[in-house]
Amino acid sequence: MKIIIVGCGKVGEALAEELNDEGNDITVIDQNATKVKHIANKYDLMGVIGNGATREVQKEAGIDSADLMIAVTGSDELNLLCCLMAKKAGDCKTIARIKSPEYAEDAPYLRDELGLAMVINPDYAAAEEITRILKFPTALKVETFSKGRVELFKFRLPEDSPLVGMTLKDAMIKYKSNILVCTVERGEEAYIPKGDFTFAGRDVVSIIASSRSITEFLGKINYKTRTVKDATLIGGGDITHYLCEMLGNSGISVKVIEKSTAVCDELASQFPSITVINGDPADEDILREERVAESDAFIALTSLDEENILLSLFAKNAGSKKVMTRINRIEYGSVIAKLDLDSIIYPKNLTADTIIRYVRARQNTLGSSMESLYNLIKGEVEVAEFIVGENSPIVGKPLHTLTFKDNALVAAILRGRQLIIPRGAAVIESGDSVVTVTKELFMRDISDLLRQ
Amino acid sequence: MNYSMIRYTLGMLLLFESVFFALPLICAVVYWESAFFAFLIAALISAGLGLLLSMKKPERTELYARDGFVIVSLSWIAISLFGALPFFFSGAADSFIDALFETVSGFTTTGASIFTEVEPLPRSVLLWRSFTHWIGGMGVLVFVMAFLPLSGGQNMHIMRAESPGPEVSKLVPRVKHTAIILYVIYFALTVIMIVTLLCSGMKFFDAVNTAFSTAGTGGFGFKNDSCASFPAHQQIIITVFMLVFSINFNSYYLVLKLKFKDAFNSEIKAFILVVLAAITVVTVNISSMFESVWDALRHAAFTVASLISTTGFSTENFDLWPELSRTVLVIIMFIGACAGSTGGGIKVSRILILFKGMARELRTLVHPRQVKKITIDSRPVDREVTRSVNAYIATFILVFVVSLIALSFEDRDLITNFTAVTSTINNVGPGLGGVGPASNFAAFSPFSKLVLIFDMLAGRLELFPMLVLFYPGTYKKS
Repeated sequence: MKIIIVGCGKVGEALAEELNDEGNDITVIDQNATKVKHIANKYDLMGVIGNGATREVQKEAGIDSADLMIAVTGSDELNLLCCLMAKKAGDCKTIARIKSPEYAEDAPYLRDELGLAMVINPDYAAAEEITRILKFPTALKVETFSKGRVELFKFRLPEDSPLVGMTLKDAMIKYKSNILVCTVERGEEAYIPKGDFTFAGRDVVSIIASSRSITEFLGKINYKTRTVKDATLIGGGDITHYLCEMLGNSGISVKVIEKSTAVCDELASQFPSITVINGDPADEDILREERVAESDAFIALTSLDEENILLSLFAKNAGSKKVMTRINRIEYGSVIAKLDLDSIIYPKNLTADTIIRYVRARQNTLGSSMESLYNLIKGEVEVAEFIVGENSPIVGKPLHTLTFKDNALVAAILRGRQLIIPRGAAVIESGDSVVTVTKELFMRDISDLLRQ
Repeated sequence: MNYSMIRYTLGMLLLFESVFFALPLICAVVYWESAFFAFLIAALISAGLGLLLSMKKPERTELYARDGFVIVSLSWIAISLFGALPFFFSGAADSFIDALFETVSGFTTTGASIFTEVEPLPRSVLLWRSFTHWIGGMGVLVFVMAFLPLSGGQNMHIMRAESPGPEVSKLVPRVKHTAIILYVIYFALTVIMIVTLLCSGMKFFDAVNTAFSTAGTGGFGFKNDSCASFPAHQQIIITVFMLVFSINFNSYYLVLKLKFKDAFNSEIKAFILVVLAAITVVTVNISSMFESVWDALRHAAFTVASLISTTGFSTENFDLWPELSRTVLVIIMFIGACAGSTGGGIKVSRILILFKGMARELRTLVHPRQVKKITIDSRPVDREVTRSVNAYIATFILVFVVSLIALSFEDRDLITNFTAVTSTINNVGPGLGGVGPASNFAAFSPFSKLVLIFDMLAGRLELFPMLVLFYPGTYKKS
């Protein structure tokens, strides 16, 4: 697919990298020549310098033959203008980023009225993810499928867990839960475990099941869950804005610590029920005075990654029960993984998954539509959900008669309101919603699971 | 440095070279020549070594700028070393240095020869000579990239190091597809030229040979008198195609995309202007030497096209022309072809940027506070580009001077030495005096030949890759 990306910021670069890896032809546009050159040197794509909303620049980038235009500059208005111009100039689909909370409410309206294929909002997606995790604070990550009927729950196995030293097969026999262990991360390796896989302490385990089964299973293995009653947010940016709104509805009391008086004023007037503290979060005294270590969740959301990491480490050290860290820019994933942090939120990657799902769904002509896609472990393990089409080769046969690729797994089948955690004899029918877990495969269709 | 990736790319390149040997091999079979064995042994050696080097795939595939430079310059040295084998084995060249000189001259599309007589050479050797022009014209590694799934974005470093011109732009997002498009255009233009020559009554072998030499803007002929004995209309065809191959290939792509305005850019306009001016001056200057003005015009046009495109064919011994013509011809050797073509020289776009930079300097002397950007085709030229052009010219002069001093130990006259360096560093072929169109480079000492070999490679790769190869800092870890 030929894709034009306007704006070479963090989101733009993340998108360019991932879409390029998927084999699409990418052209990036930005007014900043240095940024364009940096990206064009790093990835195999073409760079155009100029304002992406002008016809001349769009033409130079090949709008005539492009299939998709993604506008992710820092300005919402410019993004919308880019998409409008692209729509007129070429016959392509358009995706715009809208990040300002002021427009966020109008986003669906804008999308429909302006004929956009999708509106993305990385900060909003980050706020949603944080809210989901706060519901299960012991989770590192929670994803939902099929409107919440299936959940993916990622947690770190404590050293004293009864699962440690047990094989997957024994564990399944012993606890008889309707769940599926889809991945285990140990150090830098990720596994899709087979029956003879043995759990170890500090493994990061992802399970798929219904919300009730997950709670039940966690109870059986004595994994402590609790609820969050109050959260401390550091920094008053857009994510904080969205979070105040979302958390206010869920009955969690919110405290925001922000340096700028103007931002504090605005937050305080917009959300009267939250506690706004005006002070520099980098000042240790303020954090101690506000007793952040005692709040149920500590969420570092400033625009500086280094500050977020440092504050999170401080909170963790001081005894905070749940720490979440927003990381925007810095890469060094292998170093960050070694730090003693709980959940890390990468806003730039959150929307990349949504867009990649859209791109793959458009490339897929085989009839099983991809409903959602999550990068469980960046660049390695993907969780995807498909609505299975009638003609799919996977339909109507017991799973044990099909030959699957290595590292490919059918994790859950949803038929109407019924959730099936598949065993060998299960049969997929057309119209089912199927959740798959794959390692190092680019899924476009559910038939990609099968060995050809 | 990613040494295993360098090893792997070199191995792949040698495999490709052994495939290239297939063409002269077929030719040797057709004409039943004993040079067959020379090519066969050369092909087997490069295939064997290539397999050995590329057997183990590298684990790390990432390339950085310095790896790109080193890969490109080492590749050109390697392909020349192995390409020289047939000349040596077949006994055509007396020494390996001579064979190497001939091959480097071929791959760099220079066309300077050490053979005093080419007509007695086996046909397969003649074909290999002009085929090296064709391969080298567009760039060997660009060719490899068109077929090989090299590592992701970083192969841009290779393309940038190998392509001529101050700035490299991709035609389409992927390097691989860009390389394929360029080669398709190159191949198509070559076929058109072969067909045109066939229609003009040239024999097949001669047409293929001439087309290969012209397409790469090389200049190896298969006759001792280059193109002098060709009929007039064939000379005109060659004149036109020499100019065609010295125009930026991106422009042909833009023409195919029906973007005529973008295709006809200011570099091409300047190029045409220089060509017309040079032809006019030379025609007027030499008209008294010929029976009719048309003859003078034909020879002037051919010579100007041949030297500005850095091909180096000749129809007349221009060394005997008046001083004004000789001076103009040496100057256009320096100017050279357009960026992104198969031609050599400093490149018209660099000259253009240089002159505009000079005009800007003059203006800032008059209006010291004026803010002025150099623009080409109404686009501002990046400061980085003007800086690299200035650095290029300075380095060019330095390499030129050092080579000239190195040659002067042999006690030849200044014109011969000066034009020998001029024509090798600009990849032209013939010079004036002792290296004029009627003479050749055989008489130089092995040391001087090595200096000229370096100049040819440095000129073709635009100086810096070769200099990076010999810069110690490239290999330091810190």
